[in-house]
Amino acid sequence: MQVPAPIEYERATSVEHAVALRSELGDEARFIAGGHSLLPMMKLRLANPTHLIDINDLKELFYIREADSEVRIGAMARHRDLLDSELLARHFPIFRDAERVIADPTVRNRGTLGGSLCQADPSEDLSAVCTALDASCVITSSDGQRVVPMHAFHVGPYETAVANNEMLTEIRIPLRPGGGSAYQKVERRAGDWAVVSAGAAVWMDAGTIVDGRVGLAAVGPDTTSIQPVAEALAGAAPTEDLYQRVGEIAASNCSPETDGRGTAAYKTHLVAELTRRALRTAVARAQRQEV
Amino acid sequence: MQVNMKVNGAEVSEEIEPRHLLVHFIRDQLGLTGTHWGCDTSNCGTCVVLIDGEPVKSCTQLAAMAGGHDVTTVEGLEVDGVLDPVQEGFMQCHGLQCGFCTPGMMLTARALLNADPDPSEDVIREAISGQICRCTGYSTIVRSIQWAANHETSVSLESAS
Repeated sequence: MQVPAPIEYERATSVEHAVALRSELGDEARFIAGGHSLLPMMKLRLANPTHLIDINDLKELFYIREADSEVRIGAMARHRDLLDSELLARHFPIFRDAERVIADPTVRNRGTLGGSLCQADPSEDLSAVCTALDASCVITSSDGQRVVPMHAFHVGPYETAVANNEMLTEIRIPLRPGGGSAYQKVERRAGDWAVVSAGAAVWMDAGTIVDGRVGLAAVGPDTTSIQPVAEALAGAAPTEDLYQRVGEIAASNCSPETDGRGTAAYKTHLVAELTRRALRTAVARAQRQEV
Repeated sequence: MQVNMKVNGAEVSEEIEPRHLLVHFIRDQLGLTGTHWGCDTSNCGTCVVLIDGEPVKSCTQLAAMAGGHDVTTVEGLEVDGVLDPVQEGFMQCHGLQCGFCTPGMMLTARALLNADPDPSEDVIREAISGQICRCTGYSTIVRSIQWAANHETSVSLESAS
């Protein structure tokens, strides 16, 4: 039987209350949102918090809305909300692509965007999605808020820029003209962690890619944002040659390991192929050839 | 710590350890052993219960997190001796063999039919895709849920809401 080690449990009633509890309870206190990453890690003693601060009552963090040329998503938006959101599907179809293949409907009823990003698991899909979209994270403490871009949010595997007296409260994604995005994932069975995932987002003007990003999951500690890919995409014409080249760049900038999900060679092959497919679809969507 | 919640319509108030998982609270403390405990890793879905009407894997929730919420277990499907159409459907269409996955399957089916009274086969298969059955090959489970959709009564809709 797997049960977590003894803990103390607190329930936060507001963001203010949550960050106050976090400061007061010390380094080994953790927020619990959906719990579908944290509780399994606690059962395995990979995470050993002394206190859990339940933030599921923070209704003020459950939104997805458009404001000031951004889409703003509360940290407690659940996978199911992200999947169902017409606003996200219209502006950032990469979300629906990814959410369809994250875990299963029952798990998606609980897991949250904020929880996924804070877990900072290199195999987790939404970090690649948010990085491809050039999102930023609003981090709140009792002193106020600061905004951190996705590439600076992840400090390393399972480590984020969120300090012990802070809380991730919102994710902001800029709305820019001519955008298109897509997500590709290969998994061993429905709902599993990725063997490899690749997300792509492009912004186009007059048939040219003005800006583009590719984020990868499950192929190394730091692959949500690959700078040489962004450099190759900026100002390029969307051709098969370009997709080929960017796929190769992505493949040479990741560090997959051989494990039960596949060999390093197979995963590297997948990175190149999934990057090409995601880019192809993202460009087609940007050109409004499909929705 | 003290936890208060509604389980199958009745208020319960119990002393628990904060680390106690909801599945063990339901089975061991409340004695409602209809909720099964399977993989313990949120993969198999036999421990699914409804929290405020939504299917949730109770092996991956703390009992404390359910405090203040409405929990429905398989025992809550039957009301005053009348089976829920989902239960009836599983009988009519052989929706179970060993029965281990059945409580979770039936609760997910109930939540699905509350949201979508006439789901397509694809929608049904997607809804139960986080739950594993090693006997039926799923076809009879899908048929059972379709049977229930075709035999919904006002009683079942009321009791589940």
